[in-house]
Amino acid sequence: MRSGYVLKLLENGERIDGRKLDQFRDIKVETDIVQRAEGSARVKIGKTDVIVGVKTEIGQPFADMPNMGILKTGAEFTPIASPDFESGPPGEDATELARVVDRGIRESDCIDLEKLCIKEGEKAWEIYVDVHIINHDGNLIDASTLAAVAALKKTKIPKLEDDKIIRDKFEKKLPLLHTPITVTVGKIFDKFIVDPLKEEEDVFDSKLSAAVMEDGKICALQKSGENGLSLEDINNMIDLAVKKSKEIRKLL
Amino acid sequence: MGMKTDEKLIVKGKRLDGRKPDEIREIEMKVGVIPNANGSAQVRFGNTIAIAGVYGPRPLFPKHRQESDRAIIQCRYNMAPFSVEERVRPGPSRRAVEISKVTRLALEPALFLKDYPEMVVDVYIEILQADGSTRVTGINAASLALADAGVPMKDLVVALSGGKIDDTIIIDLCGKEDNYSEADIPIAFLPRKKEITLLQMDGQLTPQEIKDILKNILKTGETVYKKQKEVLKKKYEK
Repeated sequence: MRSGYVLKLLENGERIDGRKLDQFRDIKVETDIVQRAEGSARVKIGKTDVIVGVKTEIGQPFADMPNMGILKTGAEFTPIASPDFESGPPGEDATELARVVDRGIRESDCIDLEKLCIKEGEKAWEIYVDVHIINHDGNLIDASTLAAVAALKKTKIPKLEDDKIIRDKFEKKLPLLHTPITVTVGKIFDKFIVDPLKEEEDVFDSKLSAAVMEDGKICALQKSGENGLSLEDINNMIDLAVKKSKEIRKLL
Repeated sequence: MGMKTDEKLIVKGKRLDGRKPDEIREIEMKVGVIPNANGSAQVRFGNTIAIAGVYGPRPLFPKHRQESDRAIIQCRYNMAPFSVEERVRPGPSRRAVEISKVTRLALEPALFLKDYPEMVVDVYIEILQADGSTRVTGINAASLALADAGVPMKDLVVALSGGKIDDTIIIDLCGKEDNYSEADIPIAFLPRKKEITLLQMDGQLTPQEIKDILKNILKTGETVYKKQKEVLKKKYEK
């Protein structure tokens, strides 16, 4: 079986595409690829291909945060992207992906939500970040977060006239404060691996995704996978994520 | 998280409810609370109450979902509509879907699923009253319910949350601390091998701070582990 081959290589510290364990595939970041969106980006990590579009709407602020704009993140595993994806409403994995991307953006204070309030308690900008998977070859969390942040960096807020959105005129750039970079580290045989291929993800014991800020602080963590991790594993994985985040940050 | 408050969450080393930083709330645990279930438990941490029921291992239907070499776990985390101030709309929210998934992964390493091919272990968790740390309270209840059901386990699963307020590490966050603390880290682990099976975090912390909080949770978790064992033993003493 193919997974046996993948495992055998990993046991020797090798990978099916010849990369080092701590090496990413080539990453391509394109922005402004969808004209209708207020911000957009397409990120390719090897064969993994993700598009994020940002749309802006007007809504009511949450009662407990009356002077803040609203961030909403969604993700769809479109059946076009993988033979394993099926049509229908977002399942468990898509929901988790959306929430992990959301947490990286939200907890880093990436968007200056306080500047997105139009009228306290009544009107505020809603920022919709929608992740669309085009081709799945592993590492969706890192690719999606990178695409989301790249798209937000290009997002413009439309003009308002009499509280109506004028879609073809823009008032300002989306106010941003921070740039989170999420790096996922997988573990198998006491080895730590970044940027897994789909076939590698399938054999991992577990994974840890860490959203890292400019100053090396962590703002979100998510463990996944069927096996547990020791405290030492977690420390090593966080350190590796912080190290790799510096390389990826240069792409933005 | 992310919300700001003028209220001091720690005053003179005491938290809002009078606890010391690393002190957990009053814990109450009961097993065998749902007669119909194969195993069940109710766990209370302060004002957070979770009830868990386990059905199985039992045959899994529809048949095409069966795994020929192992059992699967299905997990449902659900908040009762009346469990929080503003009514929760019934049905799975995105939050509940994610928590159900991480809860399943938190429990899975404790079980011998390969011993039950084609079967399912259903774990249902209902949050009756929420005051912070509901997912970890739910996992403690599920751990006891699995043991109560007699499902063989490598170890019990202990879960506890930690965080940070004004440079002080706190353990077992209540609702207000959950909303306003600088960070919130829920973890679940198998205490004997200190194997961490659930780890999430939001907030902003340095890697060193995360390490310190995890160490602290693992240590304080021993108390929860002891309580879990006590309540299970008590069941057979009667």
